[in-house]
Amino acid sequence: MAGILVYALHDDEGNFNKNSLGAISEAAKLAGEIGGEAAALVVGDVADDACAALGNYGAAKVYRAKSVPEGLAQPIVDAMAKVIQDNGISYALFGGGLLGFEIGAGLTARLGAGVTMEVTEVKVQDGKLVAERPILQDSQIADVGYVGEPGIIIGRLNAFDANETGGSAAVEDVEVELSPWSTKATMVQRGEQRGADVNIEDADILVGGGRGLGAAEGFKLAEELAESMGGAVAATRAVVDAGWYPYAAQIGQTGKTVAPKLYLAAGISGAIQHKVGMQNSENILAINKDPNAPIFEFSDLGVVGDLHKIVPKLTEAIKAKKGG
Amino acid sequence: MKICVLVKEVPDAAVQKRIDPGTMRLDRSGEKNLNPFDTHALEAAMQIKEGGAIPVEEVVAVTMGPDSAVRALHKAVALGADRSVHLSDEALAGSDVCATGYALAKVLESESPDLVLLGQQSDDGECYTIGAVVADHLQMPSLTQVIKIDVTDGKLRCERQAEYGYDTVEVALPAVISVGDAINEPRYPSLKAIMGAKKKPLDAKATGDVGIDAGQVGAEGSKTAVLALNPPPQKEAGEIIEDEDTNETVEKIVAWLDERKLI
Amino acid sequence: MAVAPSEFPPPFDPADVIVAPTDPADERIEVGVAIVGGGPAGLACANKLMQLLEDEPELTEKLGEVPVAVIEKGKVAGAHLLSGANMKPSAMEELFPDLDKSEWPVFQEVTKDAVYLLTSKAALPLKPMPPNFRNHGNYVTSVSKLGRFLADKAEEAGVYILAETAATNLLVEDRVVKGVRSGDRGRGKDGEELANFEPGSDVVAKATVLAEGTVGHLTYAAYDYFDLHGADPMRWELGVKEVWEVPKPLDRVIHTMGWPMRKGPKYNEFGGSFIYPMGEDKLCIGLVAGLDYTDATFSVHDALQLLKTHPFIKDLLEGGKRVAWGAKTIPSGGYFSMPKRLAVPGMLIAGDAASMVNVPTLKGVHYAMHAGMYAAETIVETLKKDAESVNFEAYDEKVHNSPIEKDLYESRNMRQPFSKGFFLGGAFASAMTITKGNFPGGHWKQEDDAENEMELGSAGETYPQADNELTFNKLDSVFLSGNATRDDAPNHVRIQTRVPREVAQTWVSMCPAQVYEIPDDQLENGASEVDVHVTASNCVQCGAITAKGGRLTLPEGGDGPLYQET
Repeated sequence: MAGILVYALHDDEGNFNKNSLGAISEAAKLAGEIGGEAAALVVGDVADDACAALGNYGAAKVYRAKSVPEGLAQPIVDAMAKVIQDNGISYALFGGGLLGFEIGAGLTARLGAGVTMEVTEVKVQDGKLVAERPILQDSQIADVGYVGEPGIIIGRLNAFDANETGGSAAVEDVEVELSPWSTKATMVQRGEQRGADVNIEDADILVGGGRGLGAAEGFKLAEELAESMGGAVAATRAVVDAGWYPYAAQIGQTGKTVAPKLYLAAGISGAIQHKVGMQNSENILAINKDPNAPIFEFSDLGVVGDLHKIVPKLTEAIKAKKGG
Repeated sequence: MKICVLVKEVPDAAVQKRIDPGTMRLDRSGEKNLNPFDTHALEAAMQIKEGGAIPVEEVVAVTMGPDSAVRALHKAVALGADRSVHLSDEALAGSDVCATGYALAKVLESESPDLVLLGQQSDDGECYTIGAVVADHLQMPSLTQVIKIDVTDGKLRCERQAEYGYDTVEVALPAVISVGDAINEPRYPSLKAIMGAKKKPLDAKATGDVGIDAGQVGAEGSKTAVLALNPPPQKEAGEIIEDEDTNETVEKIVAWLDERKLI
Repeated sequence: MAVAPSEFPPPFDPADVIVAPTDPADERIEVGVAIVGGGPAGLACANKLMQLLEDEPELTEKLGEVPVAVIEKGKVAGAHLLSGANMKPSAMEELFPDLDKSEWPVFQEVTKDAVYLLTSKAALPLKPMPPNFRNHGNYVTSVSKLGRFLADKAEEAGVYILAETAATNLLVEDRVVKGVRSGDRGRGKDGEELANFEPGSDVVAKATVLAEGTVGHLTYAAYDYFDLHGADPMRWELGVKEVWEVPKPLDRVIHTMGWPMRKGPKYNEFGGSFIYPMGEDKLCIGLVAGLDYTDATFSVHDALQLLKTHPFIKDLLEGGKRVAWGAKTIPSGGYFSMPKRLAVPGMLIAGDAASMVNVPTLKGVHYAMHAGMYAAETIVETLKKDAESVNFEAYDEKVHNSPIEKDLYESRNMRQPFSKGFFLGGAFASAMTITKGNFPGGHWKQEDDAENEMELGSAGETYPQADNELTFNKLDSVFLSGNATRDDAPNHVRIQTRVPREVAQTWVSMCPAQVYEIPDDQLENGASEVDVHVTASNCVQCGAITAKGGRLTLPEGGDGPLYQET
């Protein structure tokens, strides 16, 4: 009994998604505490060594369903349900991402199981797993336990870190009979990149520009800085209002909500209308000439100074560091 | 074709949400409103109906909720639904995602829809997935985060953004589609529609009416339990640098970024 | 330099508000009685109408499918309501005689009250208490909750409450009011039609009741059109209010005078604060100031934040947490600002919009409800005899013979003396109270608030920086009010946007929601004229701009705050 099954998402070239790798590492750690093994499920015709390499992240075993197509959730629900039921697995774990949500939800129905999503941490209590998840716009953390088995845990984006521990996983092929409705959706085109419009909600690094930029031209500074870091540019309501930047980039109460690894706020005061759209960023760096700007109350690093002096030099320094 | 739109009454976005520490459930006593994402689902239903690519006999708004949820149904009808169905029963209180998905699937079964539309998330549950749960019970194909729907030859051609970019997926009917807010701009109801909403048929159903096994719903029938609520981890007070020598300041920033593996 | 905002009138023509019906006859929405405003006046009217109509089946039929409709611009009835308030029970008792007081949407009956004169350090109890502040027998009420309660009751009785609907035009044909036109929805910043544009509709009715509250959009346009202006111009005070959860229950209703208002006559700072208990675990605190002050840097919101730092007040809030904030104006002109007539063919005006507020005693809620009920009675009596009649003049009579007019007449001159400063003003006011308005008698003429000349003074220097525990800035407060108006909505605020610095600063400081701003690069450039930037989506529709030289028009229905217990 026990054991944790992790869904390992990959692209059409067989490269595994980093959130899935993180989930495997997490599963390995937890399995160590509650007993049983951490296993991964891979769909599609992925090579033996690529599968076995998941052992490097902690998977003891990889179940491979060669005939199940990747990219749509329901066939994978069929595959995971089978593996879980055949092997008496106690938990299904997913790294952050859309498919994980859809598969986890399908499993909930299929197996009559409890599910928790947007999980930021998993802990062990009395030999069982308890999922921690933020609720009510991150104002509180709920500890969620499971009734019966299995329990389904769907992580928030970037919640689990991938750890390479060395090791190789045993690969076992499984035959999966697809449910009739799993064949009713067909992928016409997968993963189309839509060039220019970078979706700021997905960016790992955002440079946010506010009134402190002075004028529409000030956004050039923001763009150059963002580019040097491989990030995208966001904007406050005030500057979008003034026509300095398009509405698609607006963050806040009446704009988008983001949680990137880094939010660099340039010339942004940090009024609550903006704060609610970016307060869950992992790291917040603020540059503002007003030492009393509210943003300094919730930034991880605050720089009181003239952004027109600091930002260009920062851009140079970062380019140099990356180039050198 | 019959389209059912799943709607939910949620606390208004302007209300400070809080959990009742006694019941560990959301305090729903404040101002409530129709879940904003559901207005996009209703709009999508209306656009399919008005688009004419496939004849739509009726659009039915369906909700599971306490008595006050009728307001959400009135709003849905004012936005174009032809009638509504209200699943309400004490036994359902405290249902988690598993139980809610099951209950909603049963009430939808009783309507035999060709297409189920819903908003991809609700402001209170923050679950993003009820559509996929419902679809599995109904044994229908499902897709979430859909931002474009075209109806061609009795099938749906949907676009949605996933991990690697935009997917275009063809889905056969009957199906369950969860839509994102980027899919459309919901219409405003006309005054006539608002005033006429109360006259449209509203069927109230209890668990027994749609074959729901009470043992599988409610707090008792749920498969998850909230064990505790804690405030989020306290963020350490941030460091503040006053820029005097800009070169030095920039060095410090770069070091900080480097430390955190951000560059 | 001293400049009066009235010299820069807003680009707004009230005549534009009055239009003839334009929808084709079969597309007009027909209702029996259209009530504009889901506040105490409008909802008391609606409830009373349904009660009276229960005994009038013939008339009910003539009123059609929708006998009574209430048009409310907020998200729900109550979303835009804010007041102190210590409500006199007479109206609720009359409207719901069989309802036990335990079911009233009130917090508690007032059993203890006190008035304090504040200095910057001390709080001196005023004994004996000035009689106009005595509230025994009244009920601490949230009008926002009252609105929701009255709306629920009205809906149960069959009234159609059309929330999220702005009544933007008054429909008039041949000088008879035919109804109202609802506002368009789905316009962009420049007024262009967006993809989901929905035009408004003509709502025609046999009788139209305007119960719009403190800044009556249709009402004041009607004053011009039908020549209804009272002897004195309308005047207003601005109140900013907060609700706090507190560990120490408050045992009394408190009013304060004095600090932080300055006493000298040149400042013209009339006002005070109120602190009322709301059950065991909450209290509300608000500061009210007349909008005839002369220091351009005076800010009621910030003066409230300053007030909270007073040791006496701070102590009351100890360990507490702010849970609500809002702002709204109060009509303060009283008797002489009431319109010449309260009814014109097809229309009746009730409540704050007709200046039915007694500022010295801080009463208006029950007057509004009583007026609404008189309007209902008049409508039923009139239409019973002749369903096509548009003559509702009997309403004027009812109000004229009622305590509304009697009370307002008594205090008709009480506000005015405070332009002579706090002490002289206080002396006069006391004399008036004691003599029931007979001394000095007559009519102490009032001026338009916007005609006061503004100077850049020093009030602004005294205000505290927000510490986010006791004191808060305007933007955080707007957020707390539940205002989430979309950013690309058309600007509903009418002002001249290039004005002398004194006028611009007046608006910047006055507005509790930070709607007005002087661009950063013009703040210190010493120029005498500056631009004024308007962020209309912050607006909580308090109405202060209408008092001080601009004009508040109506944003889209549903926009603005979502007050819950203000």
